[in-house]
Amino acid sequence: MAEHTQHDSTGEIAKPNTAGIWFTFWILLGITGLEFFVALSHIFSHNVNVILYIIMTIVKAGYIVGEFMHLRHEAKSLIYAILLPMAFVIWLIIALIMEGNAIFQSA
Amino acid sequence: MATAVNTAKSGRSIWDGGNEPFKASWGKLMMWFFLLSDAFSFSSLLVAYGMVRYSHPAYKGSAEDFKFSTEYWPIPEKVFEAVPFLEGQELPLVFVGIMTFILIMSSVTMVLAVEAGHRNDRRDVEKWMLWTILGGATFLGSQAWEWTHFIHGTPNGGALDPFTGQVVYGANLLHNQYGPTTFANFFFFITGFHGFHVFSGVLLNFLIFYNTTMGIYDRPDRTIDPGAHRYEMVEKVGLYWHFVDLVWVFVFTFFYLV
Repeated sequence: MAEHTQHDSTGEIAKPNTAGIWFTFWILLGITGLEFFVALSHIFSHNVNVILYIIMTIVKAGYIVGEFMHLRHEAKSLIYAILLPMAFVIWLIIALIMEGNAIFQSA
Repeated sequence: MATAVNTAKSGRSIWDGGNEPFKASWGKLMMWFFLLSDAFSFSSLLVAYGMVRYSHPAYKGSAEDFKFSTEYWPIPEKVFEAVPFLEGQELPLVFVGIMTFILIMSSVTMVLAVEAGHRNDRRDVEKWMLWTILGGATFLGSQAWEWTHFIHGTPNGGALDPFTGQVVYGANLLHNQYGPTTFANFFFFITGFHGFHVFSGVLLNFLIFYNTTMGIYDRPDRTIDPGAHRYEMVEKVGLYWHFVDLVWVFVFTFFYLV
């Protein structure tokens, strides 16, 4: 946490430095607005919409985890320790979507 | 950093002990690993939703002609279109949009509280924690309203019961006016599990607010983790709170939009 100013011995409190936080907020708000536009304008087909939603969700998740949860600024080994296990979820998505399709075909 | 350089010279790896390879305090690491396990829980719920949805037929017609039926999976924007005080109007996804905004906003005030904690600014931490608690409580209230509306249903009811042929009003774990019963079940389980996380988060946030107000984090004799700073408890609970916001981003996409 070297980049953060600490309380010095005189008891002076450092000035807040929040520009980056608000920048992230506007990005999150903008993407959410875009999601609503895509959902309600009906200009694309449903399948295109789904791809757009997933891309925008991953971008939002990246900003929340990277900036708000500060993971982007942690040690590389910690970043990998958190992100790599999520590969199991990708496997689960593929496995269960195929399973769901199989149930649908057999019904 | 000095220890890392020394161990490298003596031919030992940074994993041989005597330093912090992750450069984070014990408590913060444990919070991260807990959140990783919690991410698996929520992933399982959402992926299970995807599987069940894929095993049901999708609605084929246009959105204007959509009618509730147990024959196909409903379009979410036709299910979630009610807003408090505007009863009877069709406002697709407006209320869930407001809820999303409230949760993102409370995540922002949480980061601001963490930032104030890094500066050991007690007054600012108090102020931003209070806003965060308010945001969390407002979200919970909104969710309570949404559940009530979902359970009571629309005035004219919806789908016909596949066994009795009668019109179903509202939804519970056995009957569902909006579509297949599992749609309502997943709504209750996923938003309920998330809502319970928000509830726990509000309690934890209140605890942090209380400790800050009582000056506990400013006490010079308080023992803290090696490598941690005095207000790190705000940061740890902040991680949890952002995770709750993160989960909502995914619930919002996969339950309300797709």
